[in-house]
Amino acid sequence: MTQIPTSKPSIVDTLRKHQVFEGISPDCLEAFAATAHHVSLQPREVLIQEGAPAEEFLLIDSGRIAIEIFVQGRGHVSIETLGPGELVGWSWLVEPHRWHFDAIAVTPSDLIAFPAAAARELLASNHECGYGLLSRFLPQIVQRLRATRMQLLDFYTLEQ
Amino acid sequence: MSPVWYRVHRVRRETHDVVTLELTPPEGAPPCSPEPGQFNMLYVFGTGEVPISISSLPSDRGELVHTVRGVGAVTNKLIALQRGDVVGVRGPFGRPWPVGELRGRDVVVVTGGIGLAPLRPVLQHLLAHRKTFGHVSLLYGARTPYDLLYRNELLAWRDSREIDVEWTVDRSSGVWNGNVGVVTRLISRATFDPERVTAFVCGPEIMIKYAIEALRNRGMATSNCYVSMERNMKCAVGFCGHCQYGPTFMCKDGPVFRFDHIEPLFQIREL
Ligand SMILES: Cc1cc2nc3c(=O)[nH]c(=O)nc-3n(C[C@H](O)[C@H](O)[C@H](O)COP(=O)(O)OP(=O)(O)OC[C@H]3O[C@@H](n4cnc5c(N)ncnc54)[C@H](O)[C@@H]3O)c2cc1C
Repeated sequence: MTQIPTSKPSIVDTLRKHQVFEGISPDCLEAFAATAHHVSLQPREVLIQEGAPAEEFLLIDSGRIAIEIFVQGRGHVSIETLGPGELVGWSWLVEPHRWHFDAIAVTPSDLIAFPAAAARELLASNHECGYGLLSRFLPQIVQRLRATRMQLLDFYTLEQ
Repeated sequence: MSPVWYRVHRVRRETHDVVTLELTPPEGAPPCSPEPGQFNMLYVFGTGEVPISISSLPSDRGELVHTVRGVGAVTNKLIALQRGDVVGVRGPFGRPWPVGELRGRDVVVVTGGIGLAPLRPVLQHLLAHRKTFGHVSLLYGARTPYDLLYRNELLAWRDSREIDVEWTVDRSSGVWNGNVGVVTRLISRATFDPERVTAFVCGPEIMIKYAIEALRNRGMATSNCYVSMERNMKCAVGFCGHCQYGPTFMCKDGPVFRFDHIEPLFQIREL
């Protein structure tokens, strides 16, 4: 994993491109971006390992990331892939702040990483900013929950 | 209308339970010029007759192409046909996709499973007249990587860069490095202008329902969404009432409907 040192404005610009940060006040976005950094991954490079502390969370700027779970006897099973504009990981928000899955780059990918402790501190100390951010993250969580339910339905076998 | 006996000219196995049949008309048969989205009734002697969409634009020689998934008595016979066998054809029937209305518009095609078959002629048409349309995307979902239809075409369409092609599977396996997740997830990532896009959606009804919801979330009007309702039917000409729901006959008023015209049907359970 390559961490690319960059000037902060370029991170803010990157965040602004993505719908999830649309409508966030400039001050809040600046504060949120203050500790963030760019990350670049090559295919099959591991971003997150199951069981490790969730010390940061990420926004995909370009590329594709697979969320995988290791199943004894079956190996790594990819359960979903995420693309540009999508956030990787919620475990940074929920105790005990440990990852429940692996995340691996499928294609060359560029992401923005946010250190979790600083993000949690911002949410706790600036409620308006925190509410603004969480209310934009929540639809992604809900969308993925719905998609998982549909996956469980296995609707192509219902065609018959 | 009695069936015309076509001969199987070529059988292409797409997946473990899907084949594509190329059928040649008998000499002197009346020309059959189906439009994208229409279907024929295919008759297997001694077993029965089923509606199957036409899965390719018509050729000059009047050949018909049908892609069939074996799910029951008739379709399992159809997927077992060999070159030289005969099959009865009545058609074409049904209201086609309104491809004539797409001029100058963005187009997003959302499909899952065997639902790609009736949309393949639409994609062929869009590619043949590419400059006439705005941005075109195909979003296609299958159960597993082994269930993807028309693989070579998917790759060729994607590599042509004429249209955006994204496919996804619900369940991955082995060394699959494509998308994983339901097809509706691709909608939020697709490029189109909600104000000037038309959507064509075909697949299992539950998939259609969630696809429309995702398109709505992108700001699309449902009057610009068309769906193909492939519910079971018998006579195909609005006579027997087998596929009648209220005032609507799926066979002759459909299978393609503008979504806002058919939406109430989606809200009725047990139809
Ligand atoms: C307009 C239209 C276009 C179609 N196009 C295609 C196509 O291009 N390729 C293709 O493979 N299939 C297509 N179908 C579906 C196909 O007609 C059915 O799979 C077929 O009628 C099943 O007949 P069978 O005798 O093989 O199965 P049956 O023994 O009659 O039934 C087997 C199982 O399939 C279910 N079933 C039957 N018909 C349908 C249906 N229409 N939708 C969902 N489940 C059904 C039955 O409830 C049963 O559970 C289309 C259907 C319609 C109405």
